Order: sequence, then structure tokens, then C-alpha cells
Amino acid sequence: MLRLENLKIAQGDFQLQGNWALPAGAKVALIGPSGAGKSTLLIAIAGFVGPKSGKICWQGDDLASIPPGERPLSILFQDQNLFPHLTIAQNLGLGLCPKLNLSPSQWQAVDATLGRVGLAGMGARKPAQLSGGQQGRAALARALLRARPLLLLDEPFAALGPALKTDMLDLVLETTAEAGITVLLVTHDPADARRFAELTILVADGIAHVPQPTDALFANPPPALQSYLGK
Amino acid sequence: MAKRLGTIGPALLGMAVAALTLGSAAMTAAHGAGWAFGPADLAVLRFTLLQAMLSALISTGLAIPLARALARRRFVGRIALIRLMAAPFLLPVVVATLGLLAVFGRAGPVNHLLAALGLPALSIFGLQGVLLAHVFLNLPLATRMLLQGWQAIPAERFQLAQSLNMPPSAQFRHLELPMLRSHLPGIAVTVFLLCLTSFAVALTLGGGPQASTLELAIYQALRFEFDLGHAAMLALVQFSLCLTVTLGALFLGAHPGFGPGLGREAAIPAPPGMRRAFDGLVIASAAVFLLAPLGAILWRGLPGLTELPAQVGAALGRSVLIAIASAGLATSAALAMALAVIRGMRWLELVAMLPLAASGLVMGTGLFLTFHPILRPENLALPVTLLVNAAMALPFLFRLILPAARALQADYGRLAQSLGLENWAALRWLILPRLARPLGFGAGLAAALSMGDLGVIALFAGERSVTLPLLVQRLMGAYQMTAAAGAALVLVTASFALFWLFDRWGAHNAAA
Repeated sequence: MLRLENLKIAQGDFQLQGNWALPAGAKVALIGPSGAGKSTLLIAIAGFVGPKSGKICWQGDDLASIPPGERPLSILFQDQNLFPHLTIAQNLGLGLCPKLNLSPSQWQAVDATLGRVGLAGMGARKPAQLSGGQQGRAALARALLRARPLLLLDEPFAALGPALKTDMLDLVLETTAEAGITVLLVTHDPADARRFAELTILVADGIAHVPQPTDALFANPPPALQSYLGK
Repeated sequence: MAKRLGTIGPALLGMAVAALTLGSAAMTAAHGAGWAFGPADLAVLRFTLLQAMLSALISTGLAIPLARALARRRFVGRIALIRLMAAPFLLPVVVATLGLLAVFGRAGPVNHLLAALGLPALSIFGLQGVLLAHVFLNLPLATRMLLQGWQAIPAERFQLAQSLNMPPSAQFRHLELPMLRSHLPGIAVTVFLLCLTSFAVALTLGGGPQASTLELAIYQALRFEFDLGHAAMLALVQFSLCLTVTLGALFLGAHPGFGPGLGREAAIPAPPGMRRAFDGLVIASAAVFLLAPLGAILWRGLPGLTELPAQVGAALGRSVLIAIASAGLATSAALAMALAVIRGMRWLELVAMLPLAASGLVMGTGLFLTFHPILRPENLALPVTLLVNAAMALPFLFRLILPAARALQADYGRLAQSLGLENWAALRWLILPRLARPLGFGAGLAAALSMGDLGVIALFAGERSVTLPLLVQRLMGAYQMTAAAGAALVLVTASFALFWLFDRWGAHNAAA
């Protein structure tokens, strides 16, 4: 279970606070105007920015002292999720072992995961030889291989067309449901939130608001969400 | 990226560089006696400043029309000519002076022509010789730097100027002059600094207090006067001078502020008529000036190959080994320091630039004085040369690698961190493959510089530690010009081959 305890993040003049918890296995959307701090919150949870005060806890333990690579989470950035000089299989292999000393069974797991995201047989290719959608699948496959209980998605599919993006979100839902992975998805598109998330966190005016059931939130939007949606 | 690996190592490296540059001067000073700055030293200081200033003025002054002509004209061989402009920087200085002697020397074609026209002969020795060599070595560098300035003006600005029907003079005033104002000071200071510590040129073409640089005076103090205190004092003067110039240069680098362009390829307007003829003349003269000495090396060197003295093989072997080792050392040190600077050890940025201001000869002397109670001088000459060469190449490599490493950190730092990619794994799977190109190019540069270096080795070399540049210089000194030209041809071939091999290695391993 992810919990923000009176968390405050500060970057220059920018401030963001939050105080809430997420149930395990929840699929959650973060929505709000650009610059409100959606990505900053994700980056803080991932461990790249330290909190100004308060805590980020996983299963009750403060994550503050744990470096990004050892946190119980995987993160997909907006871009640059794959190393362009390594093959797709090597990129995935880094998820299992940063030294890339993989056992034969681990390499088999890499191949199997590639199959799961629809990239069977493409392990030997370099990222540039894949389409944008396929690159997104490869990055997702690595996150699946890492099998961390929390997955942070910082609009990694924003550059894809609407149909491809829908496919990717469905794939995320399908592949993370089984393992009970908690997913946080940053998006600026209400349709993504409705489709993907049972809970939605509105990020606006320096506050990451308490998660609300998505349908209820959009049925009866608070003023900040109304002004963002333009209604 | 490599957090735990990297604070102690780079800190030790930084201290080693500081010890090598500053400590060696202190060591030399401690062994010396007397700190008198006599009238001869004043003459040396004046000549050093005068030749460096004139070299910088002439090189940058000539670079303006040349870079402009190269920027706006398109002709067959343009790319080849621009590439060739990199050659003099890699050319062993002693080879360059040999080529210049062949063209401009007493028996060279230029003086034949002058005599035929009834004009007085041109002497290549003294101030004009030093200036000629410095312009030959630095004009290409200044031109290439300035050419980048021209190419940095967005094509849209020139298109706007043309759509407003600006004549070339107005274009020059509104677009090219602001660029020159922002670029020229930095370029001039770079050339000034390189000429300030000039040694091999002054050794071969200068001489006497009327045409000695500080570095040459240090050499004479060490080799002929055995006056360590005098050498240390001169080194201190040189160091303060370089440091002042370097610090001053930091305030000169103003930003041109053209705003972003769309990066479109569009030719800079190329006015016809007289201007076209002028550009053609500039390019042709520059090509002849730069190519003739290179051609002369080939022309004189080929027959010299049959007269090569027996020592050439061994000297070549030594030079190649030193070059490879010092390239490896300098490249690893520059990479380690650049990565450490990115992680926040900002003080290393200054330390990595220290060798620019230091005297290679004093570095060598300091090392020699430190180790000679333990080791014999003959055994020290080569390791000391290796270390000094690596240190002298460090600032160039560091400046080359730092921006690339910064870009790597910006693009993939967080991804690597999120995957726990650290230390050796980061080095192997991320840093080396992504930085192979600048690392290979830098190692090639360091190898070529070391291969052609005639500095500290001239002080300490015994019979069994003569390097190839030193052999060329000794053959020249003995007026065995044909043999010297042959050895010079071997030297320049080996230098370029080493550079090419390292650069190819980098390009080959550079990941797509």
C-alpha cells in the first residue's frame, strides 16, 4: 500500500503537498493542468526528488533512504525509456540484472515477456528499428520483468495516436491485473482516466487531492477540475 | 551514475593533477637558489608576450576572410579542405617547422622567387619565423572555430536579411559582426594561450634572448645553466601569465543571442562579382600556404626514407608506446573527472584545466627531482614523458568529454538510476558505448599530441630513450636534412595513423 504522509515537495517556487493512501492493486489516474506537478509527484515517489517534509511510505516503511533502483517500483518516463545502443532483449535484461549477467532461464523469461506484449522474436532488434508503439511495449515488458508491486507511468504513451494509446492502456491493465500491481498513470486526457482507472487523483493548486472514484469525480467535478476540463 | 565508485578515485586524480602542475613547480623552486629576474628574463618575457599577441592577431585576422569564404562558397574539395584544417593541430611541431623550412627557408622556393624578383631574402629565423610557424599551426584552428560561428547563425536570419534586400555590407553589420564580436575574443585568447607556452617552435626557429619564449628559457635554465631556481621562477611567471589570461577569457565568452532557428540547411548568401573573386583568392592562398609545407614534408621525406639512421626503428617504437599509454591514461582520467564533475565535484573542472597554464618542462623537472633519489635518470625519461604528455592532453580531452557526458546524464541518467545501473555495469553498458565517439576521438588526439611532443624528453633523454621527434630535431641540428625529413615523414605518418585508429575505434564502437 502506497501512503503519502503529510508529504510536501518543493522545487524552487513550486510546491506540492499530499496526504492520502492507495489500496494495493489499485489503478489510479493523476489528472490536472500541465505544470501542476503530476510528473513531479511521480519523480518524488520514484526517488529522484527528496521530500521537503513528510514521508512516502510503502507497506508502512518510509522509502526516503532507498535509492531509486532499489525501490519497490518501476517507472516509465515520457521518453527515453530504452537505451538506443542496446538490443531490445538487453534492454529487458537490465530489468532482471543491471550487470546483464543473465542465466539461460532468465533469458527465456525475457523472450516469454516479449511474447506477452506482442513483440515475440524482436529481441535482437535495436529500439530504432521498432515503431513508437512497439517501443512502449518493450518498456512495459521490462517493467513486467522487474515485477515490482508499483508501476509509475509518466505519460509514456502520450506520443502515440489515440488507438495505439488505448491498446497500450488495455495491455497495461491486462498484464498488471494478474500480479496485483498498483499502477499510477499521469495523463491530461479525461478519457484515459475513465477507461483505465477506478480512482483518480486531481493535481491542482499545489495539492495532490485525495483519490476519488473516477466516475463520481467526473460526474460531479470540483471547481479546479471544472476549470481544467473547461466546463 | 556510478556513485560509490566515484568520489575517492576522481579526488585522488584531481590531487595528482594539482601535484603535477603546482607541486612540481614548488619542488623545482625548493631545489633552486636565487630568484633574480634579470634584464635577459625581461627580454624573454617581452618576446613571449609580443609573439603570442601577434600570432593571435594574425591568425584570427586571417581566419575572418577565410572562414567567411569557406562558409558561403561551395566548391569541389571544400569538405576535404575543411577536414585538412584539422591536420596542423595534430602535426608534430618539429615536422611542421621542417616543412616550413623547406618552403620558406634560405634555399626554399619562396626565397628563390624573391631573389628572381630582385627582392631581399626572407629569414625564417627569429620573430618572423616564430610567427610564421604559429600562424601555420593556429590559422586552421581559428578558422574552424570561426566557421562554427558562421554556421551557428540560423539560416532564417540570412533569409530575412535577403527578403529585406540588405546589401552584403548591411548583412555583415547586423548578422556577421555580432557573431564575430562574440566569437573572436575567445578564439584569439585560445591561440594566444597556445603560443604563450610554445616550446618546439622557439627551439627550432627562435633562440637567443631576442627570440626566446619563457618555456625555451626554462629549458635553457635547466639544461645548460643547471639553475633550478631560475627555471622555477620563470615557470611561476609563465603560470601566473597563463592563469591571468585563462581567467580573463572566462569573462569574454558572451552569447551572440540570435535566437533559435529551425536548423534548416540553407546556404549563406554568396555575393557574385569582386567578392566572389576575393573569396576565391583567399581560399586558394590559404590552401597553398597550408598545403605547401605538408607537401614539402612528403617531397623531401620520401627520398629521406632511404637514408634513415638505424635508431629510427627503436625511436618509433618508444614514441608509439608512450603515445598509446599516455592516450589511455589521459582519456581515462578525463572521463573519470568529467563524470565526477557531473556528480557535483565542481572543483575538478578547474583542476582539469591547470595543465594548460603549467610548463611541461617544469612538470617533468619536478617529477625528476622527486623520483631521482630512487630511480636512475635514464629510466625516468620515458615514464616522465608519458605522464607529462598525458597531463598536457588532459584539458583538451576533458573539454571534449564533459559536454557529451552531460548530455548522456540528461538523457539517460534517471533511466539508469531507476534500473539500478551503477558503477562498472553503468560504465560497460551505458557510458562506454554512448561516449565511444568522443572517447575515441579524444584518445586519438592525445596519442597524436604525445607522439609529436618535443618537450620534456629533450631535457632528460639518454641514448636509449630518444623518441622520434627528438631524433628529428637532433638530425636537423646536425644539418642532416634529408635524413631528418625521412624521419619526419615516418613520424607524421605514425601520428596520423594513431589518431585515425583511435578515432575509427570510437566511431566503430559508437552505438547507433
